[in-house]
Amino acid sequence: MSMLEKTLGWVDDRFPLTKMWTEHMSAYYAPKNFNFWYFFGSLALMMLVMQIVTGVFLTMNYNPDATLAFASVEYIMRDVEWGWLIRYLHSTGASAFFVIVYLHMFRGLMYGSYKKPRELIWIFGMFIYLALMAEAFMGYLLPWGQMSYWGAQVIISLFGAVPFVGEELAIWIRGDFVISDATLNRFFAFHVIALPIVLLGLVVAHIIALHEVGSNNPDGVEIKKVKGADGIPLDGIPFHPYYSVKDIVGVVVFLFFFSVVIFFMPELGGWFLEKDNFVPANPLKTPEHIVPLWYFTPFYAILRAVPTIGVSQFPGVIAMGMSIVFLFFLPWLDRSPVKSIRFRGPIYKFALAVFTISFIVLGWLGTKPAGGNYLIASQVFSILYFLFFILMPWYTTIDKTKPVPERVTSK
Amino acid sequence: MKKIIIALVMVSFSGLLSAAGKLHLDEANIDLTDKASLQRGAKLFTNYCLNCHSASFMRYNRMGKDLGISDILVEENLIFSDDKVGDLMKVAMTTEDGASWFGTPPPDLSVISRAKGAGSVGADWLYTYFRSFYVDESRPFGVNNTVFKDVGMPHVLWELQGMQKLLNADEVKHGATPEFAMVSTGSMTVEEYDTAARDLTNFLVYVGEPSQLKRLGLGPWVLAFLVFFFFVSYALKKEYWKDVH
Repeated sequence: MSMLEKTLGWVDDRFPLTKMWTEHMSAYYAPKNFNFWYFFGSLALMMLVMQIVTGVFLTMNYNPDATLAFASVEYIMRDVEWGWLIRYLHSTGASAFFVIVYLHMFRGLMYGSYKKPRELIWIFGMFIYLALMAEAFMGYLLPWGQMSYWGAQVIISLFGAVPFVGEELAIWIRGDFVISDATLNRFFAFHVIALPIVLLGLVVAHIIALHEVGSNNPDGVEIKKVKGADGIPLDGIPFHPYYSVKDIVGVVVFLFFFSVVIFFMPELGGWFLEKDNFVPANPLKTPEHIVPLWYFTPFYAILRAVPTIGVSQFPGVIAMGMSIVFLFFLPWLDRSPVKSIRFRGPIYKFALAVFTISFIVLGWLGTKPAGGNYLIASQVFSILYFLFFILMPWYTTIDKTKPVPERVTSK
Repeated sequence: MKKIIIALVMVSFSGLLSAAGKLHLDEANIDLTDKASLQRGAKLFTNYCLNCHSASFMRYNRMGKDLGISDILVEENLIFSDDKVGDLMKVAMTTEDGASWFGTPPPDLSVISRAKGAGSVGADWLYTYFRSFYVDESRPFGVNNTVFKDVGMPHVLWELQGMQKLLNADEVKHGATPEFAMVSTGSMTVEEYDTAARDLTNFLVYVGEPSQLKRLGLGPWVLAFLVFFFFVSYALKKEYWKDVH
């Protein structure tokens, strides 16, 4: 027995190291027909690690103090060795994380990955998405630029729209009557400690639930139904080495596009770093128009599309909340007997196309000033967005589906 | 359905209209690798700007290092206060004084080129701004600017450019390109002043992101490595997947 085997044996007697490796990597059987859309899960995990690592290094030089925060970010950009790269990795990383997560969620919609028996994977995933939005929102306040400040001001004031307790609630969240040093400090605490812990816990739960029931695939076929004599799914291959080596290719391709942004257009024309955020926060000077970063704009458009009652924005706040809550119930709204879009009928395909277009157009409208035709368009696309969910139990029942094969179709 | 289509068409139309109403900006065409231009820009900046405006995230010696100016030369020619060469480019004027003298405190210029727009937009804005002061007796300092309406600052570079008047004020309000005519000449010709404005813009873009050249220089190497590594990782994947049918 070699030294290494001895050591491993010693550890295995005390901690299930080999058992965990086997269960989650070398003997976790994943369907062999994963396509392009299945890169985004592992990419999201990589982004989480990258954000945590770059975040740790940023924290070493960042000052969570309203009088010092803006200057400390520029200090990182100039005086810290490689600080500019770490900062761009983190700021572009936030946007890239959302690109990946949106594509990952879209994959779920296409192939019915949320359907029985994967409801809990989807629910955990939705909680990850919520935590990620909170993480991004609070992180965006930290550079203490004009858009950091006024974006937070607008979003937190939405809580003020809650009837009766709203104003008190908003003050409780801010810790002050306006966004201030108190707000910056608590957002910093949430951004670097509380939410990352929550995120990591949820990601573990997401993956454990996935490995319990097994991965879905582009055909929506349950590979565990057809097993060989050895009890291994005939259409399954061990995650390691097959998907670990395949995912490395995905990582390299992703990093290529990521690096193009990092090195040649870190602001991406103002979409990833807004120009107004290069102006230090000024509580006395409101920017011309306040726009959240692109990954929030679809919901921002829905918020503004709903008419106010008197001066209360509460209906809009409810609509914005509902636009996310509906996603949680997808596993039960969808009554289709098949999972994958490959075997669904034309109605679902049409509905998903309309939903996707609505989401993208709403995202664009959220960056435009509210009013006039932009407002009408926001209202139209908000209704289309909600109809996808509200009508789903009906159209997935009447839709003509194709028979699902026993085995996965392509290799 | 008809209404939806009309709304959609109107949306795309109004997008076009707002593009037409945009501020007219001349192209700066700066070159961050042109050290002579950056050095001239640094001279203009420290002589004309760095009395009211700070660049308080930028160190003198970092600038010297990047622009190829020795610490001694920086100290002798570009520092006019008792600051040390390792200090940040701060000014003595307080924000309170600035506010009472100009109506609004002169902003810090460290990242002004990035605050005025992403990519080359910030540079174009600054370049056009420096060349767009015109006589306007209604303003406290007797000048206004077509890029920054009712700007609080005087035309600091007037002795270089001279003074100009705006010929088509009414049309400019509706988005026309401004036309100027000189009313008094400065020490520079129009071409010389344009070059000076470009140098100053170049310098401010540099100050906005001193690591920019390093970033742009490193990028191709990173991408080249990733292309190379793609072939390696793809070959590895192919090898392993040979036995998957």
